[in-house]
Amino acid sequence: MDGKRNTILFKLFGSSISYMRRCLFSVLSVGPVPNHLAFILDGNRRYAKKWNLGEGMGYRAGFLSLMSLIKYCYELGVKYVSIYAFSIDNFRRRPEEVQCVMDLMLEKIEGLLKEESLVNQYGVRVYFIGNLKLLHEPVRLAAERAMKATSNNNNSILLICVAYTSTDEIVHAAQESCEDKWATTQSSANIKDSQDGEEKDTDDVIKLSDIESHMYMRVAPDPDILVRTSGETRLSNFLLWQTSNCLLYSPKALWPEIGLRHLVWGVLNFQRAHPYLERGRKQP
Amino acid sequence: MAVVPLRLHLSFTSSPRHVSRPSLGGLLPSLSSRSFFSSANNGPPEKGAILNGTPPAHYAAEDSVALPAGLRRELMPSHVAVIMDGNRRWARMRGLPVGSGYEAGARAFRSIVELCCNWGIRVLTVFAFSSDNWFRPKVETDFLMGLFERGLRDELQHLTSAGVRISIIGDVSRLLKPLQVLLADAMETTINNSRLHLIIAVNYSGQNDIVQACQKLAIKVKDGLIEPEEINEFLVERELETNCTDFPHPDLLIRTSGEIRISNFLLWQLAYTELYFAHSLWPDFGEDEFREAVYSFQRRQRRYGGQKS
Repeated sequence: MDGKRNTILFKLFGSSISYMRRCLFSVLSVGPVPNHLAFILDGNRRYAKKWNLGEGMGYRAGFLSLMSLIKYCYELGVKYVSIYAFSIDNFRRRPEEVQCVMDLMLEKIEGLLKEESLVNQYGVRVYFIGNLKLLHEPVRLAAERAMKATSNNNNSILLICVAYTSTDEIVHAAQESCEDKWATTQSSANIKDSQDGEEKDTDDVIKLSDIESHMYMRVAPDPDILVRTSGETRLSNFLLWQTSNCLLYSPKALWPEIGLRHLVWGVLNFQRAHPYLERGRKQP
Repeated sequence: MAVVPLRLHLSFTSSPRHVSRPSLGGLLPSLSSRSFFSSANNGPPEKGAILNGTPPAHYAAEDSVALPAGLRRELMPSHVAVIMDGNRRWARMRGLPVGSGYEAGARAFRSIVELCCNWGIRVLTVFAFSSDNWFRPKVETDFLMGLFERGLRDELQHLTSAGVRISIIGDVSRLLKPLQVLLADAMETTINNSRLHLIIAVNYSGQNDIVQACQKLAIKVKDGLIEPEEINEFLVERELETNCTDFPHPDLLIRTSGEIRISNFLLWQLAYTELYFAHSLWPDFGEDEFREAVYSFQRRQRRYGGQKS
């Protein structure tokens, strides 16, 4: 009897919190709401050390924070959320640690596909962004399955950057641009030979639009806010191209400690800077 | 966006802190008419003249300057990049014309160049003019280019003798011919200097820098020198405009005026740079503020994605 009463009280309490949060978001939505938020999930290992947790437990705590934060973002009306889950540089960590992270990723990606998961609840389409060939095979296959399974969702987008660095993304875009341009040049050269037309050298030069159209992140607009936790103020090779005019926010909280208040503070700062950011974006 | 003309005149003090006082008018007599062009019409003071008793800049002998308390020479950043933001706001706050803000910013710039020389920083890159800044009123951009040209002419000999090497990055083809010639001359004259490498970004865009590097590689692919799959990060870096220095990646980026974004500056090169956002407006950014930024840098842990060292 007591157990049942406690469950009802707990549910009532949860509903009240949820209701207050939605009221808060309604107030925030009076001003401009960012369309795309990007997060660098920094501080998981420091969190584990701080609370004397075991190997890998910091990442698990970080995952719980991630799920809460994604939920808050979608409730607020943010359409795109990007997260820096695993950098190419992180492969240089101890092999046991890398394996631990890969195992956790595999577990969580498979969890995403379950009926009751957040992606289905909120109609989220998932993209895995990065040089996926560098991932361990089971993780890569799970990622491809997740992308295919969520391809019909269209309420919101979640971009999970794994085996990613911005410089690798740019190199990849340059390679593909050259390959495309070379293939186009070859086929138009064949046509010119038969038509005796004039040569147009300018078509051979790759342009900014060519690079952008081959970026991994072409599926989303540029982020409005880039959040890096744990107080470190650097980009660590994340979205260098896309954050050219993006607001940067670096709360001191470690990633597993991030909460609603940080999201609200970031959005308020965005709303304060929004007129200036918009002016910068409108200039061609 | 910060736009600082290089009117680096010997007669201004090395410390710009005094310029924030209400008696600024006494230091800048040319601004009494409050017109945008007031300082330009009066022309620069005579080279080497002392204005209102302020001493010329002092470049001490290397390693002879004691660093401010708290700074360690072995942890000094090799390359510092600066976005000099807040000149116009500084002028507006004082009821001065915008040109005064740029002139005050130039004084702050001279001060930082001097500090970098004295503290053993090897490379200083400054964002003088962004390609996005052309959308400002033409009268303002013309004024800035004029100040830049005059300032560089006045200061070039002094910088040369102080051992400063000047490089320019950005698309200079849009600048007026005399300024292009002056910039080329400055680069050639100072090419053998090695005390401080001063890189001035003029009409620069980080994205365009990356695109032009990729274009150069695309031409090599077209000419059969490399295959597309051979393009890698090393090759792209070699083609970026910062290939003029051995330290192309800034260790520390400082942006003043409290704005927290990169604004299309050195995008590739800032991959692992420590970012420092100062609340001061650029003309108020002096030795104390710079010391604070470097002190903050020296306390940071840089892991580059790997293990904690």
